[in-house]
Amino acid sequence: MQELANIFIKSIFIDNMVFAYFLGMCSYLAISKTVKTSVGMGAAVIFVLGITIPFNYLLENYILKEGALVWISNDFINVDLSFLSFIMFIAVIASIVQLVEMVIEKFSPSLYSSLGIFLPLIAVNCAILGGSLFMQERGYTSIIEATVFGLGSGVGWFLAIVGIAAIREKIRYSNVPPALRGLGITYIITGLMGIAFMSFMGIKL
Amino acid sequence: MSKDSFLSKKNKMLLSDPLDDNNPITVQVLGICSALAITVQLKPAVVMALSVLVVLSVANVVVSLMRKMIPSRIRIIVFLVVIATLVILVDQVLKAFVYDVSKELSVFVGLIITNCIICGRLEAFAMANPPGKAFLDGLGNSFGYGVILIIVAFFRELLGAGTLFGYPVLEKLGVYDLGYENNGMMILPPMALVTVGVLIWWQRARNEKLIENE
Repeated sequence: MQELANIFIKSIFIDNMVFAYFLGMCSYLAISKTVKTSVGMGAAVIFVLGITIPFNYLLENYILKEGALVWISNDFINVDLSFLSFIMFIAVIASIVQLVEMVIEKFSPSLYSSLGIFLPLIAVNCAILGGSLFMQERGYTSIIEATVFGLGSGVGWFLAIVGIAAIREKIRYSNVPPALRGLGITYIITGLMGIAFMSFMGIKL
Repeated sequence: MSKDSFLSKKNKMLLSDPLDDNNPITVQVLGICSALAITVQLKPAVVMALSVLVVLSVANVVVSLMRKMIPSRIRIIVFLVVIATLVILVDQVLKAFVYDVSKELSVFVGLIITNCIICGRLEAFAMANPPGKAFLDGLGNSFGYGVILIIVAFFRELLGAGTLFGYPVLEKLGVYDLGYENNGMMILPPMALVTVGVLIWWQRARNEKLIENE
């Protein structure tokens, strides 16, 4: 239990997707103009990460990894399909996003109207593929750990985008030098937020 | 319709425009994720820029050749398949020839798949133009991307570690004797953002038509 809480805290604050690895920066910069839309986008990212990472975990451990196919027959013990992981992961992500979109549209129109427009954007959000690749690289030992890691990373991304959106709403009233307006100042603020997040480094439960 | 020669003025614009006025990173805001993460040192930055160059120009040509056959409803999936295949090739080549750099780039080679520069250029350019032009556009945009990567990596490696391509430049120049210390801050991730921010500031101060009015 403590191990899980540790992974969760670590993936939110220390290994924050945005501040430590710059994943999902494109949508982070494009959609953070108002708090309302950024909450929608952040929620969609938590949701999709929480679903795709366990799926890709199963894929990695029962099909792609070296020796993962032994559950079929012992002849496959030397088969290593991990070079296929990029294309498999992105296919899983794209199809799950499509599926989730259809399911939400059918069962919860109100959720669809708030998350719907962001879902197609998410298939090509590098935070999602990055989450799966980090899951593969760090070798989590159980599917629960992988899921907790996915949710934690999503929450970290959510915090980052809502934070920057709130700052951008306020900064409109300040007198930023013309050449720095918009993109430039957003980068610099994100850098400063990143420095603040670095103070969480070394936290362990 | 007159046939342009391969290096007509218009085609040269395709190459030169993305270097400044229409730079993928600082103006189109595409492909930032990888640009920031691998710029601690020059060597991975150069390798990354070359990988993107290969993937983007080949993907542009392939999609441009298929542009009349791809149904528009499933075009994103087709893009992803083309890109993912090319990225797997690049990844295998990197692993075979420059294993240490490939380890350093870790997940970021894979993330070329979701690098929005590539999807963005395929969608905006390759779907509407013949292969020759699409190839030039791919080259131009990956140069624009590479230039930013190399500038950022140059400053971060020089100020953060005092080296360039691992060669101790500052030590040989005797800067340390004057009391200079390496700025460890430059190696940390947040400073990549600030460096790019300052770069954008400098570019827009020089090129005023790029200034945003919010």
